[in-house]
Amino acid sequence: MLKINNLHVKLEDEDKQILKGVNLEVEAGKVHAIMGPNGSGKSTLSYVLSGRGGYEVTEGEAHLGDVDLLDIEPEERAAAGLFLAFQYPVEIPGVGNMTFLRTAVNAQRKARGEEEMSAAEFLKVVRAKAKTLKIDAEMLKRPVNVGFSGGEKKRNEILQMAMLEPKMCILDETDSGLDVDAMKLVAEGVNALRDEGRGFLIITHYQRLLDHIKPDYVHIMADGRIIKTGGPELALEIEKNGYADILAEVA
Amino acid sequence: MSAVAETLSVTDERLAGLTLPAGGWSDAARKDAFSRLQSMGLPNRRDEYWKFTRPDTLTQALPVPAAPFVTDEVPLFDAIDRLKIVFVDGVFDAEASDDLSLEGIQIDRLAAADADIHWARDVYGVLEANGQKPVARSLAALNTAFAVDGVLIHVTGAVIKPINMIYLHKSETSDVMLHHVIKVDAGASLTVLETGPAAARLNNVMEVDIADGAAFHHARAQGRDHERRAATHMFARLGAESTFKSFTLTANGVMTRNECIIELTGDNANATVGGACVGDGDFHHDDTVFITHDAVNCESRQVFKKVLRNGATGVFQGKILVKAGAQKTDGYQISQSLLLDGDSQFLAKPELEIYADDVICSHGSTTGAIDETALFYLQSRGVPKAVATDLLTLSFLTEAVEEIEDETLRAEINTRMASWLERRGG
Repeated sequence: MLKINNLHVKLEDEDKQILKGVNLEVEAGKVHAIMGPNGSGKSTLSYVLSGRGGYEVTEGEAHLGDVDLLDIEPEERAAAGLFLAFQYPVEIPGVGNMTFLRTAVNAQRKARGEEEMSAAEFLKVVRAKAKTLKIDAEMLKRPVNVGFSGGEKKRNEILQMAMLEPKMCILDETDSGLDVDAMKLVAEGVNALRDEGRGFLIITHYQRLLDHIKPDYVHIMADGRIIKTGGPELALEIEKNGYADILAEVA
Repeated sequence: MSAVAETLSVTDERLAGLTLPAGGWSDAARKDAFSRLQSMGLPNRRDEYWKFTRPDTLTQALPVPAAPFVTDEVPLFDAIDRLKIVFVDGVFDAEASDDLSLEGIQIDRLAAADADIHWARDVYGVLEANGQKPVARSLAALNTAFAVDGVLIHVTGAVIKPINMIYLHKSETSDVMLHHVIKVDAGASLTVLETGPAAARLNNVMEVDIADGAAFHHARAQGRDHERRAATHMFARLGAESTFKSFTLTANGVMTRNECIIELTGDNANATVGGACVGDGDFHHDDTVFITHDAVNCESRQVFKKVLRNGATGVFQGKILVKAGAQKTDGYQISQSLLLDGDSQFLAKPELEIYADDVICSHGSTTGAIDETALFYLQSRGVPKAVATDLLTLSFLTEAVEEIEDETLRAEINTRMASWLERRGG
């Protein structure tokens, strides 16, 4: 599904190489986790895949199915089925959460040549999905993420994911700033979306999120490369011993 | 040429083609205004108060021709039950207007109010004259002296629907002066709507006298004609516990100067003036506001938002003057611009002048581009960049629209702004 091949990325404004040859394949139906120390390039990978400005791809490629991701606009990547749950969801004063969700859902449908969702149908679907994430009507009415707590923001990300039904979901440190209960709620939301046709890439510092969202594979990223790949046990090892051993082993 | 000589020549040229209407109840007020005008002179480009806006096309003898804008869109406020008073290039259109009789209100036209003693005599030119200090507003004095039509509204009770002055523009060379006087009696309330471009060049004055406990709401949409020019003045005097709220929506127009002069003279009064404007290309829009607090425990708010692109210019001059003794004043002022490209500019001059010691006054002014982070967030959810830009632009403007109290008017204006942005994209 998602195929990243020898991806090299530098900052646009600075001569600083962040990714130094990332290779990764996420199959449909699988959950991959990427762990790694600060500054290893995990978040950069998620931004580059989703098309945020400020980065320059110097080598390599990334495909979602047969779509060349790096060649197209962020909105086209979204329409192709890519979704990034932000580490820091953005507050947009003056734009209602419902308006935002409906505009996004229908923009993607339109881009794919599908019929747009009617207001009534949309309302019905969004209410049902919001309910399972414990998002109340008040939160849906408020401006996007404005005045939301950390947990509310992350639940709102998962609601967007549930509404947009992407093929490939990237979660960038979705566990950061969450207490145990909030993390459980988010994990349940993610698990409800696990599906044979959908791939997940979960970026996290800590093992604890992976207790709730069980990965099929765990990758360790350091200095812009994936240096080790294993099963869920790799995450447990890191929780116990930190990154030092693995980094030493590779070096 | 010296500044004085230039002022004299501009004023003389402007007056050469005009005849002062004589007789009737307004005679003395017109003569007073005429002599005010002669002593002040019309503004020229060296005037400090016109530092950011060139007055020449507003003061010159003949207007620059302006093509009327043709559109198939439904007129603003069309769905709202209102009393319509229509002027076509400044000429009253009886056919298109509603019957002017309505419960709780007396409406006369300035041109037809020929009684020897008219209630409007106590207001006509009075608030305007008052507003000439400390800064001259001679275009308003010109208007008081020479305007031949306008609407005189005396509100004695609760009025069931808004009064809508509709200003149509059909002639390329129309040069129009309208002067309105509104008197809202104690405890009464009124909503006035003004819509349309009015003329190639409009000089509009509205004097509003709001008695104790009365309320006046005003929403205005200046027409979309690209080439139109306008200088407008709103003079308001507020009694105790009264409310004044005015909002202006502007899209297009090569030259607009909207002045709002408010005097809070009774305790616990509340004034809000706001505006949202969208300017593209050859567009110059100036909001000049002067609010005087001369009573205890009054609140005033100024909220102005401008979206500018392709070389458009926005100006904001806003002043809060708190007189000695106007304790517990709460004054707030914000002016913000969103520049959609590097060619546009926003010039702001916020001023506070405070002579009381127990006062809260704040002002802020910002200029910025579209928030790239928010833009990316929307795009990452599949919203195309142009649509995302419109959404963010609209949300920026909406904060000013929120100042309108009436929910229906607010919704109407937000919907209209959205459709303008959408059309531009398509």
